[in-house]
Amino acid sequence: MSISFKLTPKFYMRLSMVLALLIWLIVSLIDVLQLLAVRSGVDLGISREIPILLYDFFYVFIIIYYRLRIKEEDGGNFVDLLWRVFATGLVTTIISLGFKLFYSSIGDSALGQNEFLRIFTHGVNTAVISIFLISTFTVWKKLILYQKSRRLVVYWNAFEALVIASIFFNITGFTLRESLVFQIVFILMAIMAIVLSGNLKWVAYLNFKQKWKAILLIVLITIYVFYFFAELYVPPSESAAWLNSIDNLFIITLFTFLLFYSVFSLLVILFNLPTSSVFERKMEEAINFQRLSQSIQTGETEEQIFDILLTSSMNAVYADAGWIEVSNEETSTQFINRNISRESINKIKEQIFSSRSRTVMKNPLSNSNSETDRVLVTLKRSNFKSVFVVPLTVQNKVSGFMYLLNEVSDGFNKEMINIINTFASQASVSIENFKLMGEAISNERYKEELDIAKRVQRALLPEVLDHDESFSIHAFTIAAAEVGGDYYDTFKLSDHKFAIVIGDVSGKGTSAAFHMSQMKGIFQSLAQMDLPADEFLFRANKALSQCLERTSFITLTYFILDTKSKKLEFSRAGHCPTLYYDKSKKAAEYFQNKGLGLGILRNDGFRKFIHVNELEFEKDDILVLYTDGISEATNAKGEEFGFDRMKTLLEKNAHYDPVMIQKIFISKLYEFCGTKDLNDDYTMVVIKFD
Amino acid sequence: MIDIKKEQQNNYLQISVEGEADASSAINLDKAIREAFDEGHQTILIDCTNLNYISSAGLGVFMSYIEEISSNSINFILFGLSEKVLKVFGILGLDQLLNIKESKEEALQALNGI
Repeated sequence: MSISFKLTPKFYMRLSMVLALLIWLIVSLIDVLQLLAVRSGVDLGISREIPILLYDFFYVFIIIYYRLRIKEEDGGNFVDLLWRVFATGLVTTIISLGFKLFYSSIGDSALGQNEFLRIFTHGVNTAVISIFLISTFTVWKKLILYQKSRRLVVYWNAFEALVIASIFFNITGFTLRESLVFQIVFILMAIMAIVLSGNLKWVAYLNFKQKWKAILLIVLITIYVFYFFAELYVPPSESAAWLNSIDNLFIITLFTFLLFYSVFSLLVILFNLPTSSVFERKMEEAINFQRLSQSIQTGETEEQIFDILLTSSMNAVYADAGWIEVSNEETSTQFINRNISRESINKIKEQIFSSRSRTVMKNPLSNSNSETDRVLVTLKRSNFKSVFVVPLTVQNKVSGFMYLLNEVSDGFNKEMINIINTFASQASVSIENFKLMGEAISNERYKEELDIAKRVQRALLPEVLDHDESFSIHAFTIAAAEVGGDYYDTFKLSDHKFAIVIGDVSGKGTSAAFHMSQMKGIFQSLAQMDLPADEFLFRANKALSQCLERTSFITLTYFILDTKSKKLEFSRAGHCPTLYYDKSKKAAEYFQNKGLGLGILRNDGFRKFIHVNELEFEKDDILVLYTDGISEATNAKGEEFGFDRMKTLLEKNAHYDPVMIQKIFISKLYEFCGTKDLNDDYTMVVIKFD
Repeated sequence: MIDIKKEQQNNYLQISVEGEADASSAINLDKAIREAFDEGHQTILIDCTNLNYISSAGLGVFMSYIEEISSNSINFILFGLSEKVLKVFGILGLDQLLNIKESKEEALQALNGI
């Protein structure tokens, strides 16, 4: 079975403490033995370096312990840190005073003269005082490195390394009074300590009460430091000379550094006391500012934002009263008031209008609009002597005003006005965001509705086109917007007769899409009646006359294809002329017959504009039906794709099947326009006879 | 973009249409013609010399006045149509219902001939 250790920082902390204690016990034991040996005249053979070195390691382990311990704490509360130093100092003082009391009580008795006891008490004293010094050192480190810069960290690390190295300086046996090296090193480190003591950023973050507490604690800590220094300075007269702590560079440096930093921070806190209320106010402003900018996320309403604005602004400028008035949809005006009644508001507004003493300030954010000027007014016959008026703009429109009142004249200085400007513009941004969010949500909903419309309309166009083995048919369509006005459809009239239609509603988009769906209904109803092509158009025109808008019309070509007799009958209602490829002639041509769009003439006169055409088709003849989105597509130079280009294109590619012909047409179209975004609906249907 | 100018002559009102009559600008064209009709003009000439393009929405405007023209016996003549614009009128069949002349002279001749 094995015991597994978890090497957590806590474990290391305990380990270093235990080691420090052990070392201290060993050193004390050696001291006692040494004393015994001196008395008995025996040389123990222990060199003088061994107890010093051991003592040095005691310091090292204490430093390790406190370094680990301070890391565990989450910093931020400086008063707590100071309190801990004070508490450690208190315990140390009690122990040290306790020994003193004990000695004075036993006086000159035999026990009082006992050297063993004196060595022991001196050892304990030195140990607890050095523990206090080291723990304070680590706390000071934390304070100095608050909001550290890279340079500061480098500098501190150098200092700390020197301090730790100085632990082992006592092995050399140099003393302060005799050794020049000692003096130089000490002065060098003292200068470093002074420079480091300038880092007191944490003081700024204490509020007024915390500053008083800190002053008290630091004063007490300083007293400790002095007391302990005095305590150590008087060593037991007969103790071994090399244990005289005052000649320990490490301890002296610590004393110096702790003292410097304590005095510095004490002075800085004292000088900061009068300005701390300003700092607190600035912090509050920052928090209010944050509240204003965050209010949108917490789902607050416009009114709540104005409320926060008024409260924060009043606090920031010590206003005695104030109100915000916001006009909603030009009809009602909403008031948010503080420390002032609606009646007084009206009185003061009258006085503001009549007052001659007014200062107009430009809005720093919009320089041209005089509506957004801020006005500073001085009143005479009122409780309130000065008024500051701030227009509140939302989406570049003045939607309300904030009035701040002060009982003293000239109650608003430049600083305050700047703060109010910032608050007001932040509130505007918040409200703007609030409104934009609402707009974005409704836009999203429209988009969804349009997506549905798109799917529904797509379903109106046939997925499978009616045909038999004597011809193949292929269709292709694209709408410029989500929905469009192009239409094609087929209907099987009998085993060998098919109705095919292509159409285009005037205009684009949603209105075109509605008319297109009406056309679908009319086609599907009338086709069942197996009417001649002209009769179909006549009836379709009559039906559409009742439901089309005044300026809307539909162009259409209606085909009846008989595969048994190989005859094609068709009528054109103002739609683009059909392109026909005649295999025997190896040439394509357009059917230039007369016609008139549906819905243009909404009476029986329409009939005389419609003609029926008939022709017989042969194998490999091709019909290309299309909408003007293809023939009238223009390129950057303003040229149309045009009839000639389409004719040549069909003649060149007549050997392909309908799918291939469509693909060639569309790719040539895109190539011609230089884009796939044609700004119009475009459709083509290709029929090839087999 | 469309630019519409109205000009009152001795015995007729001339409306000049310049630019492109598409879905958005057709409303302005409709407004101008509507006003002319409401003001009771009996003779209206539409100058299309500088009309570069007309969409189905633009055609829809002219189409919507056909019945009013015939029932109120108004002389409504379009002239100066470019080949491209005329072709669009032709395909739809509107050339059969509207009085379209090649030039202003021809339009005026047609007026005097009445």
